Amino acid sequence: MRITFSVNGQRTEIEVESRLTLADCLRHRLGLTGTHVGCEHGVCGACTVIVDGKAVRACLLLAVQVDGAEVRTVEGLAEGEALGPLQRAFRKHHALQCGFCTPGMLMTAHALLQDEPDADEARIREVIAGNLCRCTGYLGIVRAVSEAREAYRKRDGEAPR
Amino acid sequence: MKLPQFEYAAPPTLEEAIALLAGSAGEARPIAGGQSLMPMLAFRVASPALLVDLRRIPNLANISISEAGTRLGAKVRWCDIDAHPQLRVAHPLLAAAVACVGHYQIRNKGTVGGSLAHADPAAELPAIAVTCDAQIVVAGSSGSRTIEAAHFFVGPMMTALAPDELIVELRLPPWPARRRWAFEEYARQRGAFALAGIALYYDELDGQAHDTHIGVLGASLRLHRIGEAEAVLNGRIVDARAIGAAVEAAMAAVDPVDELDVSADYRRALVGTLLARGLKASLSRSSNESD
Repeated sequence: MRITFSVNGQRTEIEVESRLTLADCLRHRLGLTGTHVGCEHGVCGACTVIVDGKAVRACLLLAVQVDGAEVRTVEGLAEGEALGPLQRAFRKHHALQCGFCTPGMLMTAHALLQDEPDADEARIREVIAGNLCRCTGYLGIVRAVSEAREAYRKRDGEAPR
Repeated sequence: MKLPQFEYAAPPTLEEAIALLAGSAGEARPIAGGQSLMPMLAFRVASPALLVDLRRIPNLANISISEAGTRLGAKVRWCDIDAHPQLRVAHPLLAAAVACVGHYQIRNKGTVGGSLAHADPAAELPAIAVTCDAQIVVAGSSGSRTIEAAHFFVGPMMTALAPDELIVELRLPPWPARRRWAFEEYARQRGAFALAGIALYYDELDGQAHDTHIGVLGASLRLHRIGEAEAVLNGRIVDARAIGAAVEAAMAAVDPVDELDVSADYRRALVGTLLARGLKASLSRSSNESD
């Protein structure tokens, strides 16, 4: 099937098999290997991307289902060559060790803070419960997301996109 | 695992979707949020020849609240229920149960219709449908029909849906403002499937419980109400003795399966504990005091 969608603001037209997941489409067909694939059945959250503004598991979505949609991946999170505020906070608070869960964590947290820049710690913990991290114990991640809230509270247009 | 091969269609109308289902001799499956079906494809538990995607079909994502009750379109997502300004008051039991469904990302995709059609006996929404005597409106080649929730779930992962039928709407009966209620479940991690859960409500007349509904999830192969425990409470003041008697009746009535990591005895004890907890919570809470 031929599908057209936008990835990090770039229009993409591609022919895909109907059984191809969005995660595999991003990695194998578009070379966007920042999106990681862990469990492939919707448990680990490593493949989280943002589709039409909502954080979703890219392994539980077919590529053909995003025809016409806007997809954001971790490759679209930096501000040019510089890290975005969430990424900077992750670095500062050692919110990653092996890094496997990090792209999913970042996209989940980015979607959360765009929708709810005032999310409290309980809400942050509730939301990242959908992303497994086996290194950090989550403390650094919670600290990083909490600190990044300030950058997302800025007026529309200035806040990270 | 990578998914098995299948054909894919995203028809623009309900009629076309039904025609596709009808024309594929039971080998087609509808997909909406896909949060249950996609893992089943990945495990190759399901391998349909055709997936009929409902994403283009209009008018299936409405939430309506009126004197007739609460109606949820099949494509209403968990996040839509969270975001709805009136549902917490109009149907607090529904809102409390749905708050326990899945993780953030799952909640952004998973739908009412998908959960009902998947019919997992540990899932929250099917349990609410059964507890509340809800009706499920379905549409198929020969028109539409309304199925009582008690007859819709016929077994674990099994429903009364014909291969050419699609869920259109869930209809929950009206909810009196002063009704007492509780939803309690126990899961090992937040967002995980519950090992057991209890949904309950009753109305009070002269301080006594009337029209008690108690539904159980996770603890049986089939979603069902616990009539024995309901009967104990009806016409009684809900006090410590009544709660004790209801718990005893419920534990005797449920029939959990023994599993490697969760014994039947443990699940039965959970049902008792959760029912006691829920009944106690219901005493200090009616709908207009919902938190």
